[in-house]
Amino acid sequence: MRADTDTIDEFVASDYKYGFVTDIESESLEPGLGEEAVRFISAKKKEPEWLLEWRLKAFRHWEKLECPTWPHVKYPPVNFQDISYYSAPKKKGDGPKSLDEVDPKLLETYEKLGVPLHERARLAGVAVDAVFDSESIGTTFKADLAKEGVIFCSISEAVQEHPELVKKYLGTVVPYTDNFYATLNSAVFSDGSFVYIPKGTRCPMELSTYFRINAANTGQFERTLIIAEEGSHVSYLEGCTAPMRDENQLHAAVVELVALDNAEIKYSTVQNWYPGDEEGRGGIYNFVTKRGICKTNAKISWTQVETGSAITWKYPSVILKGDNSIGEFYSVALTNNMQQADTGTKMVHLGKNTRSTIVSKGISAGRGQNSYRGLVQVGKKATNARNFSQCDSLLIGDQCGAHTFPYIEAKNPSANIEHEATTSKIGEDQIFYCNQRGLETQDAVNMIVNGFCKEVFRELPMEFAMEAQKLLDVSLEGSVG
Amino acid sequence: MSQLATTNPAVEPVEAFTKLEQNGAALMPLRKAGLARFSDSGYPTLRDEDWRFTNVKPIAELPFRPTIDPLGQALGQEQLGNVTFGQLSADRLVFIDGHFNAALSQIGDQSSGVTVTHLTSGLAGLERELGSLSIGDDNPFVALNDAFFTDGAVIQIADGQRLAKPVHLLFVTTASEDGEAAHIRNWIVAGANTQGTIIESHLSLGQAATVTNVVTESRIGDGANIEHIKFQDQSNRAFHLASLHSELGRDAQYTFHSIALGARLSRNNLRMRLAQPGIECILNGLYMLRGQQLADHHMVVEHAAPHCDSHEYFNGILDDQSRGVFHGRILVQPGAQKTDAKQTNKNLLLSDDATANTKPQLEIYADDVKCTHGATIGEMDDDAIFYLRARGLDTPTARRMLLHGFAGEIVERIRHDAVREELNALVLGRLEAVHKLD
Repeated sequence: MRADTDTIDEFVASDYKYGFVTDIESESLEPGLGEEAVRFISAKKKEPEWLLEWRLKAFRHWEKLECPTWPHVKYPPVNFQDISYYSAPKKKGDGPKSLDEVDPKLLETYEKLGVPLHERARLAGVAVDAVFDSESIGTTFKADLAKEGVIFCSISEAVQEHPELVKKYLGTVVPYTDNFYATLNSAVFSDGSFVYIPKGTRCPMELSTYFRINAANTGQFERTLIIAEEGSHVSYLEGCTAPMRDENQLHAAVVELVALDNAEIKYSTVQNWYPGDEEGRGGIYNFVTKRGICKTNAKISWTQVETGSAITWKYPSVILKGDNSIGEFYSVALTNNMQQADTGTKMVHLGKNTRSTIVSKGISAGRGQNSYRGLVQVGKKATNARNFSQCDSLLIGDQCGAHTFPYIEAKNPSANIEHEATTSKIGEDQIFYCNQRGLETQDAVNMIVNGFCKEVFRELPMEFAMEAQKLLDVSLEGSVG
Repeated sequence: MSQLATTNPAVEPVEAFTKLEQNGAALMPLRKAGLARFSDSGYPTLRDEDWRFTNVKPIAELPFRPTIDPLGQALGQEQLGNVTFGQLSADRLVFIDGHFNAALSQIGDQSSGVTVTHLTSGLAGLERELGSLSIGDDNPFVALNDAFFTDGAVIQIADGQRLAKPVHLLFVTTASEDGEAAHIRNWIVAGANTQGTIIESHLSLGQAATVTNVVTESRIGDGANIEHIKFQDQSNRAFHLASLHSELGRDAQYTFHSIALGARLSRNNLRMRLAQPGIECILNGLYMLRGQQLADHHMVVEHAAPHCDSHEYFNGILDDQSRGVFHGRILVQPGAQKTDAKQTNKNLLLSDDATANTKPQLEIYADDVKCTHGATIGEMDDDAIFYLRARGLDTPTARRMLLHGFAGEIVERIRHDAVREELNALVLGRLEAVHKLD
């Protein structure tokens, strides 16, 4: 326990250690949203005509939409004209051919964030795609992956080099008409990761994307597309940070997963965008649409640890289209200070014998508001569908809130759906018990919280699990008087 | 016999209002405000979150015919003798199409301090009270009721008194034309440390697509112990809309049972406010549906004071193309520490075409609370059937036994012996008669 306390002290020195700004010359589009902005982004990325058309269709549709108000979060309306929709580190000449030519300042940034971008980080055994504001700045281990036929690159690159794949799958899981923020993303998405795992291949290493917002007044709109061909397997990790700023910044991403017959995709997120200060000034608005589709016998598993962002609004979902497919959702969402989270999942059972598991752990501290919102839907033809949902909330302090809004809809009598939720606080007796055994109160709280989240952490890849655990400890620091 | 037949209730019905004014001019501001609210809102649609799964379009499409005058159906005691609870030893208030019928009602000797009567009997001071508990509700049907209610029960129990006999409120529709609507308003005030059982039953004697829209406001005093049983068994073409607005006093115990067997569409809005410490509130319900029926229970239990317990138990048996809807929200306000709230909704689907929609929600702003909810949807448990078969029962008997148990679990919670026994027999008989048990 001692060692843990040291790490905590270390973390506490700077509340949000990723809050620095990289001073790098960048090229940004003037704030404002219109067809020109969409055309600018598309031209900047030398996109083919069909993609520009698709973006414009999305933009025209978006103009007709209204900002949704149903989530259980409060924030002043976002002025979409005040945001710059494109910002990228300025390139010298034609841009880097390999990571060695990338601006050292950028590499330094990722070094500070602890992201192994250099090939020397081979030991870490994780291939990384790093996205800085609107641009992907480099992808590691490309060559190694290519040997297996795995494509792992930024989506802009994929548009250039594998247009047939992008065209075939883009927007098939999250159509451009899906919802307000997904539509906005479809119009102005800048970059993101693209993964293609060929038939029967087991991706030899973990793939990872690291998202970083750096520039002020910009929104980050990344788009990730992962395609797992028949019988393939991939595990994908995602991490995010942003500098500390007083104004709110918008992050509206879309993630689409396609798991074809017998394929398996495991998608893990550790989201640590800047959460704003104690008074709720600043922080990222994280409005994300994530969805996967499972064909026959396929499996998609979402694991998320949400500790950052001023507002989180995110429902990683699975459409269980194929028979015998499996969807899983494991989530830990922590809100401290003035943070608000409205997160959960949707499991749409369409095929026969489909199964889904939902484990959601919400922790509210300070004046944080944490909501679980989920949908379990069993279609008429989904014979023998099975769902188990468990949402537990832990309250720390008497000014926070924990809410649960499950929706359960069943149209097939053979469906078997169970939903359980509990809300509790850390008992004084539990803390007393730990104190008695020589643990400081804060350590005791950390221990109890980690125990509470264990079911979810165990789903994370090892390094991530460690990081997630530390992150929770830090985010909770000072929440117990 | 004059009636209104407009399709748009929002247009001020001069004739109806003139008539209603004769019943009490002091109520006109409430009526006008209700009408204005309804004009603004109109009927709810599926786009309203609170009405997501319950489509009231068939009601909106009916001609609007509030039964401002009694329909003049001659009903004798013999027609009511056989109805459920008809033989129960109770004080009985009978309302036909929203109008009190003195000939059919029997009010016995209640102790002094207990008033059992009806709204239009001219009770002084009530005009100012009506609407005080339902006021915050934006339900359009409450607004319509405010505007057009014709009559309803009034039960007042003074501090420390108890009802000598249960009070049975029997609401019957006899209307023969589609759209004829009875708007009923009940007012219940139970003082401190009072006790009593109130039974409310809704039946139809016709087959028309009638509308019953009942709003009940109840104020339960400190330490009172009240059991309220609502039984709805209207015809399968009828529409039934109900809302209950209760405010509970310190250490009060309030149990509400909703047994919904009839109506094409029924909706029960339950709004419980627990604003004093030590309250125990139980909401208990059973819906058994078949054909095209839909039953919707929509409740908000607001914990606004510490040390209150609330429990909600709702079981549904859904056959044919029926749909069961459950929306339960437990709202724990800041400071409502030591709240113990439980919510369960279980649905049994007996047919391939039945649908269950359930939304058990928790909204919690206090930390020292125990809140749980659970929901299940499924068909009968094969393991349980196997277990019974292993003990020598055949499959139909095993299924029957499980189904009886599932429904019985709810009925068993009724504390009033005679009512429980009558309902138990009725529910089991109904299960045998209409649901495919074999």
